[in-house]
Amino acid sequence: MTEWLEDGYDYLRDKMLDGIAEVGRIAMLVGDTFRKLGRGLRSFGLIVDQMDHIGVQSLMLVFIVSLFTGAVAAVQAGYQFANVVPLKFIGSVILRSVIIELGPVLTALIVGGRVGASIAAELGTMRVTEQIDALDAMAINPVRYLVVPRVIAALVMLPVLTIMANTIAIVGGWIVCLTTLDVSTHTYVTSMKTFFFMKDLWSGLIKAFFFGGIIAWMGCYYGFRTEGGAEGVGIATTRAVVSSCVLVLISDYVLANVLFRFIFTP
Amino acid sequence: MIKIRDLKIRLGKKQVLNGVDLDIPTGKTVVVMGRSGTGKSVLFKNIIGLMHPDSGSIEVDGQEVVGIPEKELNEVRKRFGVLFQSGALFDSMTVGENVGLPLREHTKLPDAEIRKRVADRLEWVGLKGVEAMKPASLSGGMRKRVGLARAIAMDPAYILYDEPTTGLDPIMSDVINRLIRSLQERIGVTSIVVTHDMNSAYHVADEMALLNEGRVVFTGTPDEARSTSDPIVRQFIEGSSEGPIKPL
Repeated sequence: MTEWLEDGYDYLRDKMLDGIAEVGRIAMLVGDTFRKLGRGLRSFGLIVDQMDHIGVQSLMLVFIVSLFTGAVAAVQAGYQFANVVPLKFIGSVILRSVIIELGPVLTALIVGGRVGASIAAELGTMRVTEQIDALDAMAINPVRYLVVPRVIAALVMLPVLTIMANTIAIVGGWIVCLTTLDVSTHTYVTSMKTFFFMKDLWSGLIKAFFFGGIIAWMGCYYGFRTEGGAEGVGIATTRAVVSSCVLVLISDYVLANVLFRFIFTP
Repeated sequence: MIKIRDLKIRLGKKQVLNGVDLDIPTGKTVVVMGRSGTGKSVLFKNIIGLMHPDSGSIEVDGQEVVGIPEKELNEVRKRFGVLFQSGALFDSMTVGENVGLPLREHTKLPDAEIRKRVADRLEWVGLKGVEAMKPASLSGGMRKRVGLARAIAMDPAYILYDEPTTGLDPIMSDVINRLIRSLQERIGVTSIVVTHDMNSAYHVADEMALLNEGRVVFTGTPDEARSTSDPIVRQFIEGSSEGPIKPL
């Protein structure tokens, strides 16, 4: 009986220590990124390449997801409003739910899936085929050369993609309003204008900025830590995607509290 | 001149290097032999600072490199060219971009000059005009030669070769062996070759060192290796499974 307890204790202790060590290593990677930021910024070409990869190449996916997000928001609002709230308010409900939550979070989740996975797989493969060692051996700092451009690109592109997503989602909602809810364009737009607050938009974009950092750092961290061959790359990819999605949602909660309680007070 | 003294490193539960002493004289090619898993690659990674030893010292041209800050280590690394086992080419770049990378990162040479130097180094390794190809479309031997062209792009004082002939056919192995020799003659470079290929070792070595159970158990010229009566060396160069070295 005591042996069983001891084993259990050892297992829990090891797991906890691993967890703490992991958080520490991620913090060190983030710290290293800031330390190499100055020199990394000079590699403008690398940053532009990553912006294309993270931002431009995600456009189609973001387009489709946002269009249907807006459409679903309109259908659901129509259903919930029935006989309770006049439909003339539907525009503002769609607008605010999209720019505060749906736009930034859904964009981060799908870009996290696409980009987080590709960063982890690329860097993981580079790790197991000695390409990262080769950079070190050539006196080229891998954090400066690989992590900084990806992080900067993600920090810039996530807010940009979110603006796109917001716009397209609003269009999606408008199409549903027009075709099935019998709400005119004029009513839709007026409602949006009446209840539009700049701070709502800002809060979404600030969140998107943080989500960009999470996605890039998680992809880079698990990519760098890859061990073994193809199996290791697979594990790294999965961990990068899962951890970035979970962290996006957790930080969404934290940021919502911080932003709306302390910064954009009602 | 590289001087390695009492180098020790433990990985997990295994004492991989247990007091390695080795001298690599300037202008010579030293071959470090040993079975797979005896710590050859670990030694190689310690020299270039990709791994850090638990204790011991590595001096490069009189400068201690163990435990120095990254900035100084990078200055030392610039004097090294490294050929990795798989070539370690960046597959997102073309061959030309790969070879030119250290030049673009560390020098202020104009583009035209870099292109010229890249073409020149590729010609040295017998691969003229392959700049636009991607690493994925190259054969194993070509990859290694491109890796070698990249290693010599900065005119290094030292070249480290990690298993340069592993996975190559005998003819390509000979091409690589000749290249290693010709580079030594052409630019007077000091080389460390880590290998378990005896053919290659005899071909390129000025001196040989045998690594066994974390220590250097033999150093000498290829002739001395051939004529030694040391049972460990004999077993290794004859490739026999019977003797003092126990198969794992």
